[in-house]
This record gives sequence, C-alpha cells and structure tokens, in this order.
Amino acid sequence: MRSVSIIGAGLTKFGEHWERSFRELIAEAGIKAIASSGVEGKDIEAIYGGSMASGRFIGQEHIGALIADQLGLNPVASTRLEAACASGGVALRNAYMAVASGQYDIVAVGGVEKMTEVSTEDAAVALGGAGDQETELFFGATFPALYALLARAHMKEYGTTEEQLAMCAVKNHKNAMNNPNAQFKREISVKDVMESGMVASPLKLLDCSPITDGAAAVILCESGKAREISEMPIEIAASSQASDTLALAGRKSLTEMNATKVAAGIAYRQACVKVKDIDFAEVHDCFTIAEIMAIEGLGFFGKGEGGRATERGKTAMGGEIPINPSGGLKGKGHPVGATGIAQAIEAVYQLHNAAEKRQVKGAKIGLTHNVGGSGATAVVHIFKQLEGKR
Amino acid sequence: MNGSLPLIWRKFPERYSLEGNKCEACGTSFFPARPICPNCRRKGRLVPESMPRQGRIITWTEVFSGPVGFEHETPYFIAIVELENRARLLTQIVDSGKEKIKIGARVEKVFRKISDTDHEGPIAYGYKFKVA
Repeated sequence: MRSVSIIGAGLTKFGEHWERSFRELIAEAGIKAIASSGVEGKDIEAIYGGSMASGRFIGQEHIGALIADQLGLNPVASTRLEAACASGGVALRNAYMAVASGQYDIVAVGGVEKMTEVSTEDAAVALGGAGDQETELFFGATFPALYALLARAHMKEYGTTEEQLAMCAVKNHKNAMNNPNAQFKREISVKDVMESGMVASPLKLLDCSPITDGAAAVILCESGKAREISEMPIEIAASSQASDTLALAGRKSLTEMNATKVAAGIAYRQACVKVKDIDFAEVHDCFTIAEIMAIEGLGFFGKGEGGRATERGKTAMGGEIPINPSGGLKGKGHPVGATGIAQAIEAVYQLHNAAEKRQVKGAKIGLTHNVGGSGATAVVHIFKQLEGKR
Repeated sequence: MNGSLPLIWRKFPERYSLEGNKCEACGTSFFPARPICPNCRRKGRLVPESMPRQGRIITWTEVFSGPVGFEHETPYFIAIVELENRARLLTQIVDSGKEKIKIGARVEKVFRKISDTDHEGPIAYGYKFKVA
C-alpha cells in the first residue's frame, strides 16, 4: 500500500446555518479544501462523501452525485458513505484506501450534515437510527438513553461520578473558546452541567453534544506527489475501522467499547507508534461518557481510570494528553456526517502548528477517533508531519 | 414508518412470546434469534428457544425526553436486562417504584402496549419488564 497524505483542508463554521443549505455548506468546504491544496479541481480523480441521515434531515439522498455536481467536478466518480455518526471517518478511510491502493493519486473527501431543518423531535428520530430500530428504538430508547445506560454501568463498575462526566463538557467548552469555527463560545462550570435539565439519567443536557449544521472536506494525495505539491503534507500514518453489535444488549461489555479498542490496536501497529507517542487526540465525545470510554479504549488511560484522569486535568490543554483541543463534538458542534473529517482537519491544523490559541505545543503525531451509533462502528486515524517542498 | 403493519407483525414471535434461539454447539442463547452463531459459525446448530421470563437489571436510565410516540408516558425507565439464560435485552421497566429500579434488581416479563403513533394505524404491543 502507498503512503497517503492530506494536502488541503476546508471547513465551514459549525453552528445553526439558518440562511444556508446543505449543498451550500458542502460546496464551501470543498472549494476551500481544493483552494488550499495546491491542486486544481481538474486534478481531482474521485470524491468520497460522508452523510448520515440527509434523507431524514432534508429529504435528499444521492449525496455523492450532489457533491460532484456542486463542486463542478462532473464526471468524476463520487460516492456517499454512511456509518451513522462515523460517516465522515468511514468516508476518509475509503478515500485513503482508494489512494493507498493506487487506484487514484488525488481524491477529495467531504462530510456534511444539515440538522436544523427539522424539529428537535424529528432530529432525535433521525439520530436514533444509529441504534437498533427493532430492539432499541421500538421500545422507546433514545440515543441519549443508550449512552446513559453505558454511563450508569461505568459509574457502577468503576466509581466514575457525574461530576467527572461534567468535567469533560467543561473542558471541551473551554477549548472551543479558542476555536473560531466552534458552535459554542461559552465557558460552562460543573455546576452548570449538574443543574442542566435531565435528558436520560444520569446524562443531562450539557452532557450531550448539540444539533449542528456544518461541512468539512480534505484533499488526499499519494505522499510522493504530495511532497512535490505541498509545503507540509500531513501523512495518514494509520487508518483503521472495527465493528460491534448494533444493539447494546448484544455487547460482551457495557463498560468498554470493543470496536474502539480493536481499531486503536490496528492503528498503533500500522503507524508503528506507541500510545505514549501520541501528542493529542480528537475523540468522539457525542456524550461526556463517550469521551471517558474513548480515552480508556484508545489506551491513554487504564480501564475505569478515564473519569479520574479527566478530574486531574490530564486531558486538558497542557495536560498529559490533550483531548479534543478543538472543543470536541460537545464544544465545536457535531454535524454528524462532517465530524470525522473535521477531526482530521483539527489534526492538520495542530500538526501545521497553525491552531493558534489552542495549539498543542510541539505536536508531531495526532490521533482521531470517530464512533458510529452507540459504538457499533469505530474509526481511528493517526496523522504525522511529512517533510514537504521548501 | 411508524405505524407500518409489516414492521410490527413480523416480530410477533420475539415481542409477544420472547422467542429467541440457542446454539446447541456452544450453548449460547440469543435474543432476538440470530441467523448464525457468531462463536461457532457453520459448525453451530441453532434451535428455537423460549427465553426465561425472569432476569435482573444490568443498567438502567430514566428517559425524560422521549421520542415521537412516547409523549404520553415520559418520563419512563429503560433498562438492559440479563435473563436467566444470560441472554440480554433492552426493555422498558414499568409498574415499579423508582426506588426499586436498581442494578441487580430482579425483574419479570409483562405484556404491554409499546407505542401508539397513528390514529389510523396499528398499535404496537410487546414485552416490558417490572421489578419482581
């Protein structure tokens, strides 16, 4: 397999885009990504797009064709991928494999979701589709309820507290203050989280990531060519994916995410790095408990240690391993199909030393972790700086 | 999609009588029934099995913001229950005081209306559990 690098990145602001449509958002991200890449639209050989539930959110399917059309790139092959909230990560991974395999040299990959066109109730039904329709949703399990079940199991087994969960949200809101693209520019306290409305006990409103509109896109290029085109290509040193049962009841354990653990193990081996070599990580904190389980599953902390590590500031900026410098899904926003790509873009900013006030000092290797559903899909990528043209 | 009749009647055996299956090769019970045993693959032998009607709560939550079709019963309790044959399922816990709903609590199956989403459409029935 050939080495693959990111040579361009484009991101819309994350938030509520009342004035703008789905297609305008993905077009903005795609055009920005191509403009920043040093290649022209005509050099793009294929497109991969991630979107979770465009049919339910805006009544539009066939997103692959829509993206190629909007970017004026017909007749290139353009394909949509869906893996619930991991749609972006899975799109990135498939684009990566297409270049690594030698099928293409240069491809564009994007992710997009427009979630505010429908009521909160309808959005909840659309997102619920990430779980198991027949054995979970049918019985009244909402998406927050599934993560609440995981949270309660983790609290019981390891003594994780509601305050420790809240601290993930507090940290991520704080980090988002320094991200100009973030949905929330508002610091919150543990007390704010604890006093916010109960959604599905023990998870409260401020334990949950928001409903967000946004799009993200990157341009991938075979690394040899990338070195000639780009001043500092960011190499995708590993790309891995794993699965677990769709429904929580089928899982061997409710206190860890096996798909995350498996994908992480493959990624570390592929990138030839150890856990301690990772300088920062963007992890899938759709709910605060998801961040705790992610930092354990990725190996940054031992099983059951995630809550205490968060409480001790080990995951804060300047801590042992900064987690979600971008603000994560909680602070930056979570346009589900765009999230996996936006995480990769944060890795690019950090490794370019261009993350300004949220820069992780001396960052050389970054990891991203994107989850679909309640953990039935996990995608892990590892990124490294590559010497480019001078 | 809510209120679609085929989506409901096709599930009668599992939702009305907790029918799953069991692999005779490795002894694992599955609910709902699995098309293939993930442990034994082709060497497995799946036979229908009626699930026990008792189990215990593994984890639970109280849902304060219910989906469409559940407005009238919010807030309500959802739990993952491990049945006596170790198969697990997600279910609502009803007819039980909040103080009784705990990890480890013994529960038993009851038959209830699940949701009611459409004036003209069919009503969905199925299992719920209550603290024994």
